[in-house]
Amino acid sequence: MGKTVKYKLNGVEREAEEGKLVIEAAKDVGVEIPHYCYHPALGNPGNCRMCIVEVAGAPKPQVSCRTSVREGLDVKTDSDLVKRAQASALELHLVNHPLDCPVCDQSGECGLQDYYMKIGQYQSAVREDKEHKGKRIAAGPHIMLDQERCVLCTRCTRFVDNVTKTHELGIFGMGHSEKIEVTPGMTLDNAYSGNVADICPVGALTDRDFRYKVRVWYLDKTDSICPGCARGCNISVHTNTARPWHNDGKRVARLKPRVNMDVNGHWMCDDGRYGFGNLDTDRLGKVLRLRPEKAELSWFDMASELAALLKKDGLAVVASGMLSNEDWAAYKALFVDTLKLQDHYFSAEPDQIGVEDALLRRKEKVPNLKGAENLGLKSGSFDELAKSLESGKIKTLYVIERDLSKVWGDKAASLLAKASVSILQGPNKYALGDSFTYRLPATAYVEEDGHFTNFEGKVGTYFKALSPIGDARPDWAVFGLLQKALSGAKTPEAVA
Amino acid sequence: MTKILTKHFDEPKLHELETYRRLGGYEALKKALGMERKALQEEVVKSNLRGLGGAGFPVGFKWSTVPPEDKVPGPRYVVVNCDESEPGCFKDRVLVTRAPHQLLEGLLIASYVVGSKDSFIFIRGEYQNQYDILEKAVAEAKAAGLLGDVNIHLMRGAGAYISGLDTALLETMEGKKAWPRQPPPFPTVAGLMGKPTVVNNVETLSMLPFIVREGGEAFAKIGSAKNGGTVLFSISGHVEKEGVYEVPMGTKLRDVLALAGGVKGGKKLKAVIPGGTSMPPLLEKDLDVALDFDAIKAAGTMLGAGGMIVLDETVDAVEVAHNIERFLTHESCGQCTPCREGSNWSERILERMLEGKGEKGDTENLARVGENITGKVICALGDTVGMVTRAWTSKFPDDFKKRVPNNG
Repeated sequence: MGKTVKYKLNGVEREAEEGKLVIEAAKDVGVEIPHYCYHPALGNPGNCRMCIVEVAGAPKPQVSCRTSVREGLDVKTDSDLVKRAQASALELHLVNHPLDCPVCDQSGECGLQDYYMKIGQYQSAVREDKEHKGKRIAAGPHIMLDQERCVLCTRCTRFVDNVTKTHELGIFGMGHSEKIEVTPGMTLDNAYSGNVADICPVGALTDRDFRYKVRVWYLDKTDSICPGCARGCNISVHTNTARPWHNDGKRVARLKPRVNMDVNGHWMCDDGRYGFGNLDTDRLGKVLRLRPEKAELSWFDMASELAALLKKDGLAVVASGMLSNEDWAAYKALFVDTLKLQDHYFSAEPDQIGVEDALLRRKEKVPNLKGAENLGLKSGSFDELAKSLESGKIKTLYVIERDLSKVWGDKAASLLAKASVSILQGPNKYALGDSFTYRLPATAYVEEDGHFTNFEGKVGTYFKALSPIGDARPDWAVFGLLQKALSGAKTPEAVA
Repeated sequence: MTKILTKHFDEPKLHELETYRRLGGYEALKKALGMERKALQEEVVKSNLRGLGGAGFPVGFKWSTVPPEDKVPGPRYVVVNCDESEPGCFKDRVLVTRAPHQLLEGLLIASYVVGSKDSFIFIRGEYQNQYDILEKAVAEAKAAGLLGDVNIHLMRGAGAYISGLDTALLETMEGKKAWPRQPPPFPTVAGLMGKPTVVNNVETLSMLPFIVREGGEAFAKIGSAKNGGTVLFSISGHVEKEGVYEVPMGTKLRDVLALAGGVKGGKKLKAVIPGGTSMPPLLEKDLDVALDFDAIKAAGTMLGAGGMIVLDETVDAVEVAHNIERFLTHESCGQCTPCREGSNWSERILERMLEGKGEKGDTENLARVGENITGKVICALGDTVGMVTRAWTSKFPDDFKKRVPNNG
């Protein structure tokens, strides 16, 4: 923190770090200054002229995104001059905007709408026809471009120039015919393309995956952590439960990044953003014994049966970096402290290895291998496990949130068949789900509270956004149930 | 009248080095190189030389804001702004055509003061002949050993009006879209490639040989208070003798018009745009306004780049305003919203009025939109967009009334 100086904001004496932008200093004390082009991670070109303020002694209004706090600065964000300037800037932003809010996917979170309601000039003076530009241009696999709605704030071009450095978007043309376009010969398909929809302050760049599925005011938002890799990006889960018919019955409508400058800054990758499809599909709902005959069990009966099996020799557990810190703690209590098990397999194998880059993406595509490591757990080799299964050394295989077909490929089914008892626990069925002896439905991360520890050791908290599907329980609760069954203690279910 | 820049314009082959040297050319450079840099800068401060590209900023003071080498080491640059694009302005073209070595001598003096080893002439793309002339002059000077350790680079613009604005010019020199930068930092601190850079106009730099040769005080005495020396006006429109005229700073508009032979055909004067189309017009009642940066500002307009356009009584103010707004709309870089949208909107309102579809409130709306743009944009072009409609609607209300059927 640099030198602190005193300055006046709307007549009230304040303190701020010298040199801090007025728009930021004002925000720190709850004074919001309208803006489109300024973005804390993308700079302050001063294009939009919305953040105009009055500075005592200055010959004309100043933009607060380029005015720094200094000792004695006297700045007003609420004077008549400022109100007039912002209203006129907004009027000019809207001269050629199509004003198609009723059919615009950005409705409800659009800077033009919000400021219009707050400071707009409600009587339009525009008698001229609107300039028409391109509509519904598929800029890339995830983003739709509507040039008419663009206010040329340049956030998106600065993002692809300065953050991803992939340059797929540019400002083409000059003056009023200027427009955002996809660079000829390119498509907007970099690994972080979805962020341009987040940073677009209007409806010019929208998310193709989300378009026209749910109106944003029907969404609930819950703080969460992306489970897509070891980075642990802070995200918001946007859920739609009140109107399931809006989104083909899917409860999760979209994921958005949440600012955490220590972890992910303002961004998240497309893999994480669009990787939530399995939250509403392929889910396990019932506690099942599939063999020798298919039967639906209560959690209590399941725990009693499994407790007897787990005590036998020849147990191996395959787990996943998808487990939370709470899950890992309960896992350790059950398998290490109680059962004294040595055969744990949770390292990231082909099924959990992906592309890494210098921005956010990590090689390990699970959020919490660090949680296991922090508890002193060590993973054995999956090749060794395969050998142990083939040799008959392992008789009971307990698989938690893992798709073995992606670990071992074509060999997975035959390896699984070598175990006399196999248990699949997790939110999803996966390819080999019908081949297991038992299936235990576990909650997905959006259905529980928990913590992940990212690759740097930073702990992130996620919260329950949705009710569990069917009889699903958090992994830690399942482990706890088994622990009680092993000790012979009565569970609440048994008491009941 | 005293002439500095055009004194030898009647001399044949003035553009050639031999002629220029015969008339005393490059003696000032020799003298300058024998002086302390600080002393030279102080001479320029004493001269009251103002930036003649339009801004009118004191040149010596501008140079003094270049940080010293011990504080900001590395290269520093001088850039000649020869992107003359303001409608009505053609004096730089004449200066480069007739006296390229005068410019080069001024540039070399400035390069010495600033410490520039690489100096640039950014020339408007359409000025092909002038580019050729400068290229030849640079080669001549280099062959004669006059450049010393300074490399002079010629760079051609691609024909955008906004490139004439110093920061947009620097952007385009760096190979980028000519979008103005919003200071701070100012170019003298972080200019071309982020290095300290002085950008001066052709006419401004061409004054330097005289100032070095005769001294700053002699130059200051020629002009008016705080406006040293002479100024060139390129006069066009409804006058008898269009052309470039050099007069001392502070000369009255009436006298400048007289030099050009007065209004063509003896018609009545309607308006004079003093500094290029962007400037608010002066009227007949303003004929005694002194033409220097300060006096003309007090009269509600600007000297600009001396592109004087004279309009007689037959001219329709709505047509003029539309013509100018159409140009500004075309040339708006599009970076900031008020200019981009406001210019286009203003042009379209004017176009509708010219088509006979004017509506009640149009004139007031034009002025209001103009007011809303002015002072709230990144660069001077946007201010101009607003200034033009405000000025023409307020000074010629009757012309605008006529364009609103049944509601005049």
